[in-house]
Formats: sequence, C-alpha cells, structure tokens
Amino acid sequence: MARGRRALVLGVGGLALALVPPLAAALNQPFYVDLFRRMMIFALAAASLDLILGYGGMVSFGHAAYLGIGAYAVGIPAFHGVDNGFVQWGLAIVASGLAALVIGAISIRTSGVYFIMITLAFAQMLYYLGISLETYGGDNGMRLARRSLFGPVDLTNPAVFYYVVLVILVLCLVVGGHVVDSRFGMVIRAARSNEPRARAIGFSPFRYKLAAFTIAGSMGGLAGALLANQTEYLTPDFMHWTRSGEIMFMVILGGMGTLIGPVVGAIVLLLLEDVLSALTAHWQIVLGPILITVVLFARRGLHGLLAGARPRDG
Amino acid sequence: MHTITRAVLVGLLSALAAAPAAAETVKIGFITTLSGPQGAIGEHMKSSVELALDHLGRKIGGLDVEIVYGDDQVKPDVGKQLADEMLKKHRVHFVAGVIWSNVMLAVAPTVTGAGTFMIGTNAGPHELAGKMCHELFFTTSWQNDQTPEAMGKYMQDQNLTDVYAMAPNYAAGKDMISGFKRYFKNKVVGEVFTKLGQQDYQAEISQLRAANPKAVFVFYPGGMGIQFLKQYEQAGLRGQIPLYSVYTVDEISLPAVKGAALGQFETRYWSPDLKNEANQKYVADFRKKYGKAPVFYGAQSYDGIMLIDSAVRAVKGDLTNKKGMIAAMRQADYKSTRGPYKYNVNHFPIQNFYLLKAVQAADGEFAMQIQKTVFENYKDSYAAECPMKW
Amino acid sequence: MNAALVLEQTLNGLQYGVMLFLMAAGLTLVFGIMNLVNLAHGSLYMVGAYLATAFAHWTGSFFLGAVLALPATLLVGVGVEVIALRTLYERDHLDQVLATFGLILFFNELIAILWGRAAIYTSVPPLLGGHLRVLPGVPYPTYRAAIIVVGVAVAILLWVLVTRTRLGMLIRAGASNRTMVGALGVNIRLLDTLVFGLGAALAGLAGLIAGPIYSVQPGMGEEILIQVFVVIVIGGIGSIRGAVVGAVVVGMVDTLGRAFLKPVLSTVVSAPAADKAGPALASMLIYLLMAAVLFFRPEGLFPARGRS
Repeated sequence: MARGRRALVLGVGGLALALVPPLAAALNQPFYVDLFRRMMIFALAAASLDLILGYGGMVSFGHAAYLGIGAYAVGIPAFHGVDNGFVQWGLAIVASGLAALVIGAISIRTSGVYFIMITLAFAQMLYYLGISLETYGGDNGMRLARRSLFGPVDLTNPAVFYYVVLVILVLCLVVGGHVVDSRFGMVIRAARSNEPRARAIGFSPFRYKLAAFTIAGSMGGLAGALLANQTEYLTPDFMHWTRSGEIMFMVILGGMGTLIGPVVGAIVLLLLEDVLSALTAHWQIVLGPILITVVLFARRGLHGLLAGARPRDG
Repeated sequence: MHTITRAVLVGLLSALAAAPAAAETVKIGFITTLSGPQGAIGEHMKSSVELALDHLGRKIGGLDVEIVYGDDQVKPDVGKQLADEMLKKHRVHFVAGVIWSNVMLAVAPTVTGAGTFMIGTNAGPHELAGKMCHELFFTTSWQNDQTPEAMGKYMQDQNLTDVYAMAPNYAAGKDMISGFKRYFKNKVVGEVFTKLGQQDYQAEISQLRAANPKAVFVFYPGGMGIQFLKQYEQAGLRGQIPLYSVYTVDEISLPAVKGAALGQFETRYWSPDLKNEANQKYVADFRKKYGKAPVFYGAQSYDGIMLIDSAVRAVKGDLTNKKGMIAAMRQADYKSTRGPYKYNVNHFPIQNFYLLKAVQAADGEFAMQIQKTVFENYKDSYAAECPMKW
Repeated sequence: MNAALVLEQTLNGLQYGVMLFLMAAGLTLVFGIMNLVNLAHGSLYMVGAYLATAFAHWTGSFFLGAVLALPATLLVGVGVEVIALRTLYERDHLDQVLATFGLILFFNELIAILWGRAAIYTSVPPLLGGHLRVLPGVPYPTYRAAIIVVGVAVAILLWVLVTRTRLGMLIRAGASNRTMVGALGVNIRLLDTLVFGLGAALAGLAGLIAGPIYSVQPGMGEEILIQVFVVIVIGGIGSIRGAVVGAVVVGMVDTLGRAFLKPVLSTVVSAPAADKAGPALASMLIYLLMAAVLFFRPEGLFPARGRS
C-alpha cells in the first residue's frame, strides 16, 4: 500500500515540479526556477537524512558534513582545472560515502543522545578542517569558476540544470523507496523498533545500519555537489551544525519515515524563510515558535496532516 | 463611439509623452545581514541607506525609487539566492551592500554577469580588485588589505619592534596579518591564530605576556574583539604593552567595551570627526534620527546610494545607458563622507587612510578620533592585476 | 616554555573548566531526570547575562544585579518548562532537539528586539578588578580567581544537595527510575519544574559571571553550548560527577592545546607546518577527544547508574 501511494505522490509531485520552468517562463518570472531548484537540492539532502533518521532511527546531527564533502568534491577538482561533471559528481558520491562509512563505523556503536553528539562532533571536525584548507579559501570558501561539464547537457542553462536536479531527486526517491521496502530496509526498520529482536532472529543490525548510513552519506554528498553548482560557490559554512539542524527540521516538518515528507518539508521551510525574511528582520521570532508548534502538535509533520490519520509505517 | 476613440487616443498620447519620466522607477536591491548576532552591522547599513534617501528627498537622480532589502544570514548561498531574486523577480537596476567577502564573491559575479550594476559597500576581496574586476562593479569601501597595510606602515614609521600579532584562524585573519607584514619589516616575535568565534583568550594572553613583546597587533572583528579587549585590560596589559588593531574597535563595539578600549589605535579611511561638509551632515543627522553614533559600514552605504544617484543624474534618468552611468561613476562626482576621491582602474577608491585613537570625549562618550594621515591617496596592491582600461 | 607559564595555563584551563561546569551541571541534571536534550540551555545563559547586566545597571551594583538576576532566570526557566518543554519529556530526543532549537531562535530574536543586536556594556565589579600575584611576575586577574572559587563552591553545594538532602534523594531516584518515583506518590511534575529551574539558575549564574569577560550579545549562548555538550557527553549524561570531570578535562585540553600544541608540534615537524596544523588541530581537539572517549566508552566516563 505504502509503495503504491508513494509512486502516485511521486508521479504527481514530479509532474508538478516539472511544470515550474514553463510556468515561470510564461509568467516571465525566471527567479522561481532558481528558487525551486535550490529547494529540490535541499529536498534531496533531507530525503537522504530521512533514510537513516526516519527509517533507521539514527538521529544524525551531522548530516551537513556530507553536503560539504560533496561541494568540495566539485570545488577542489574544478580548482585544479578538472571540470568534468562525471568525475566531480562521482567523486562527491564516493568521498562522502567513504566519510559516512568511517563516521558510521564509529558512531553506530553508540546510541541515543551519544549518537547525536558523536555525529555532531565529526561534522564539527570537518567544519574546522574546511576552515583550515587555506589553498581552497579557508573560511571564505571559493568560487566555482564554471558549473560541472556534462558534454551536451549544459548546466548553465537554468532550465536544463533544473531538470537534471529534478531527475536526480526523483531517481533517488525511487531508489530510496525500493531500499526501504526491500529485505534490507525491513532489517533497518526492525532494528529501529526493536534491536535485540532483530538480532535474535539472526540479523546483525550493525552491518545493515552501517550500509544505510553510507548510502545516506552518498546521497547527501550528491546534494552537496548540486548545491555547489547551484551557488557556484562553496564554503565550510555548508557543514556548520546549524545547517545540520535545518536539514533535520526539514525532515521533521515534512514527516519522517516517508521520504516524500522531507521533500515537502524542504520546500515549505525554504519558502517560509524567503517570505518571512522579506517581511521583517525579526523573522526568526516567527520561525522559532512555528518549529516548536510543529514538533508539539503535528507529530507526523505535514505529510501526516495531508495523508490523514494513518499510522506511521515501519 | 467617437468620444471613446478620442479619449483613448488622448490617453495614449499623454501616456507616451509622459513615459520617459513617469514609467521609470529606480529599483535598488540592498543585501546585508539583518538577522542573527551580526545583524547589528546590517542595521547600521540599512539606517544609513534610509538616511541617504531622506537627504535625496526619496528620489534617485530625480526618479522615484524602490528599495528591496535582503537578509543574507552570513551565508553565501543565501546571498546568491537573494541576488537572483532581486535580478529576476524584482528586476532591480542596482544591487548594493554586502558585508562579507565570501558572500560578495558569490553575489558580485551573479549580478555583473546579468549585466546589472553591483555597488559594494563593505567587502573588498582581492579577487574583485584584481583578476575578477568588472566594469559594472564599483565599491565605496576599500580593498581588504589596505587597512592593515596602513597599520603596518604606521608601526614601521614609528620604528616599533618585537611585535606580537594575533588574528582568528580564517581567510580574513591570514590576509590581515600578511597585509600588515607587507609594510611592517621589523621583528615579529609571535604570530598566533586563534579559533574562529573563540570567546576566551586568557590562554593566548598568558602566552603573549610570556613572549614579552613591545607592541601587539590584532584583528578581532565583532564579538571576538569585545571579548579580547576586555580580557586584555583585565590581564593588566593595557597601559603596559600598547595595542594596535584593525576592524576591532569601532562605533558598534565602543559602547560595549568603553574604557577597555581607551588608547587603542586603529587605522581607517573614515571617522565621524572627518571635517567635511557631507560627513558632518551625515553624522549629525544620523545621530538625530537614530540616537547613536554612525559607523564606517554606514558611511560607506550612505556613499553607495549617493554614488548611484550621481550616475542616474548624469544620464538624465536613462537607466538603459549603462556606458553613461559607468563613465559617471568613474568620476565619483558626489559629496562623499570621506571627502573627494578618485577611482582606480579597478573601481576601488584611491583614498586617504588615517590613524585613529579611542578617546573619551568631554561628555563622557567614547569615540574614535583622527590622529594623523598614514597614507595619502592610497591605491590598493591588486589594481595592476585588473585588465580593465579606461 | 617555563614552569610558571605551564602553571598559569593550568590555572586558565581550570577556570575555563569551571565555567563549563556551571553550564554542564544544569544541562546534565535536566537530562538525567527528565531525559530532555535541551539545546536552549545556552539561551538561559544568555538571559542570565542580560538580566544581570540590566539589574546591575538599574541598581548600580554588580552584586545586587547578580542577586536579582538569579531568581529572575530561575523564573524564566520555570516559565519555559511549564509552557513549552513539559510536554517534551516523553518524546524522543529528536523532537526535543528540534523544539529547543526553535526556542533558541525565539530567544535570540526576543533579546535582539528588547536590547538591540549590538553587544551591550558590562564590566568587572571594582571590588574584583585587580590582580593577584599567584607567582612572582605572573599577575592573575582577581575576577578569574573568583570564578574558580564560585565554581568550586557550587560543585560542593550541588554535591551536598544531591547526596545529603531529601530533594537530592528524589533527584537521584528520579534519574534511575522516574516511573517508580511517581508511583511512590512523589509529585514528579513539581520535581521536574524544580530541577529545571535549578538548572536554569545555574545557567544564569554562568551567564552573569561570563558577562564581564565575554561579549554580551544575542547568540552568545550557542558559542559555549556545543562545548558544554561535549563536556556532558564525555562525562556521561546525567552524572554530576561526570560533569565535573568532563568540564575540567575539556577546559584543560582546550586551553593547553591552544597554548602548547604549536610549540610541541614544531619540535616534531617543521615550523611552517606546525604553524598551519597547530591552530587547526587545536580547534578540533575537544571533538577528537569526545570521539575517542565514545569509541572506548560509548556512554561516557561516568554513565549514570540504573540507565541503559
């Protein structure tokens, strides 16, 4: 049931997002192509976090680290004259996956708030590492001279880049959906609800959890590569702990353990930020209570509100 | 029927006749940091922009003006998004502002790449002064290195030696120390880079005391500076080892540190006590309207609006005449708060730098006061790398 | 690197550890009893600093200001607990992290609206303004010495409170089995509010002490908060003893790392390499320490008893 509904939502949502560039062109408002592209990139980051947070119950407070690694995997080759997108994005996926493998191998041994803090600690270390990379701009970060090159696919065209991001997002959601519904995903979810039982029926949750953590890291890295191209600029600030908090909030706002929810969460949060900050410099005094209210009263996020009172699967 | 046609015709004609004046509104996008702890700087900039518009009768070059403010949250990607929004949604003619070098490096190429003017009113990263200079990019501030260069020159001229240098461990911190050492050639006994955003400097101050320097040079912007100055005074070093700094003591931090900054030396291109007509008017009216002393971030932003006004005025409101506006801006033909200045080939000002000292005025208020001119008509070190010719 | 300097830096490390302890004690108590991860603990520290400054300005005395600010911060803490946080105790850590993250945004903006975004003026009280001669040629700020004294006094008081009083007994019992304490007829809600208020007052105390040496501005709480979390995670969450040990260890490691890592490195590698690596490594040191501690002891150095 969950799979069928997700496919439907994915189809309709993807179609709606696909209509943004022609609509923006018709209304002569090309800005919305940029805005929605940025939202989809954060949506990808949020969905990747949802894989481990929503399904695996692993509250990673350092997910922005992979965003940063992915961005640097684009920026550093570009700095040395390698503009090939396949190399850059491939490196982003591999490097952030490897980082997640190492971080996960150490962190998954802990649980609860210790897990939250140790993932945060690793992200902080990478943040300070980024600041000390003088060749690559240190704290200032560096400009990306040009977007990644993919032969005839020209990312400097806003609409083309938009569709590339959309296709990647939909693909990742489809793959993610298959992962969570697979035997592998079942083990992860079982480990979340009752780890000793999962172990008792013969699974070693550690390896499965670590694999999920690595996949999520890779997807986060890919989002980072996209973000570097979107901004044409990258800084260690991509890895700051408040970013990790924002991505986490996108997941919760949208509804965790749903994959689609975090996408909605990312879009709504960034839209709120854009609208509120245009209204008042004190927009955070509005955003803060909204955050608290969502946590207190809309426990299953916007997805829960929209989908009605269905029990959370998993 | 007849009357209607005539009415429409008359309406059309009058609309056509009025078009060049009535149809145009100058739109300016102003990007700065308004939220969070760094919002204090952004507030000063925004207030000064509003004051400039007051002084211009809410007109730019005689045209109506619409201004859109954007809050970059000190994040380059947010700054870039704001620039895109201003360019593509609000369709602004000018983007101005920007405090941070990294935000500027993300914003400026986006704006100039879209064929729109970028008027920087604070950040002056060396890239934009050198290889990345652009005919649509102007700044009313300075190149980042100039201020520490001026301090290096002054301390060299005083023949100070055994200097201890400190800065946060990030790009701007490194640039400040290297800019300082470009002119300061005497002995540096210690060079310490502290954690960005660090609160407690007691450990570093103990090391400093042990190194026994004759003078200290620091760069600690914002909250870091406030904490460093308090702790330096509490350690009993104020009065023992003279402290020289850049971007550490200004009119925003002075009310928070007061006596702990007394006697502090800074270098800067501007100060509230600069004696020229435009500056005195700016300072007096700023105090009257906002009840506090203005700071250089504000003076630069005020100048930015005045520069735009001078350009629009020069082309008689024809905002499509970008060549004409570039030519006009290159003249810097407006009443700047720093006094008259010229633009270098890279569109960075050629201007004086002064030695400032924190003093207590007769009314008890702490203020920066000009002591002497360190550099006259000073050009930045990167202009030679800029390929632009005019 | 002489002996006097090492001693002075050790003193600095201890003093920094004491500051961290004042923050960590409240945080770890709240975590221990209510199982609440409170990111907004830093906001209470900020509130304490602002209230103390405002009261000191109003009364003209630092000490009167401090005396008024403590109960005021306690009240703010109780208010936050009753209005927002009470419903969060039964939730998972994730909800708590997010809701209290929202509180941070709220408090920072509220302070910015009330006092402005620029830092406000605070100064050391004249009585504590001078220097002590701890060693010949090494003047040590009296105020910093006073911080050490206050911190040690608070640690002792807390120890007495937790081990020798009825309230302390309830706190210990609540930390190991909350449901059982409730079942035994103890008003657990009142206990929660009391403990949270106590934690808030301790954070406020840290804030008002920090005022004269740090910058009092919106967002000041977050700069110290992350380090405080490192402290309680290293020490073991819920354990006062862990908070003491963690705070001193983190204070020492951070201070000595900042002071001596570069000179020590330069004896091993070339001087320019040490110049580069030293500051970067010093910034990361406490996080490395935390990762290492958790690698060997996934529940910190002193896991609270009765919790899994």
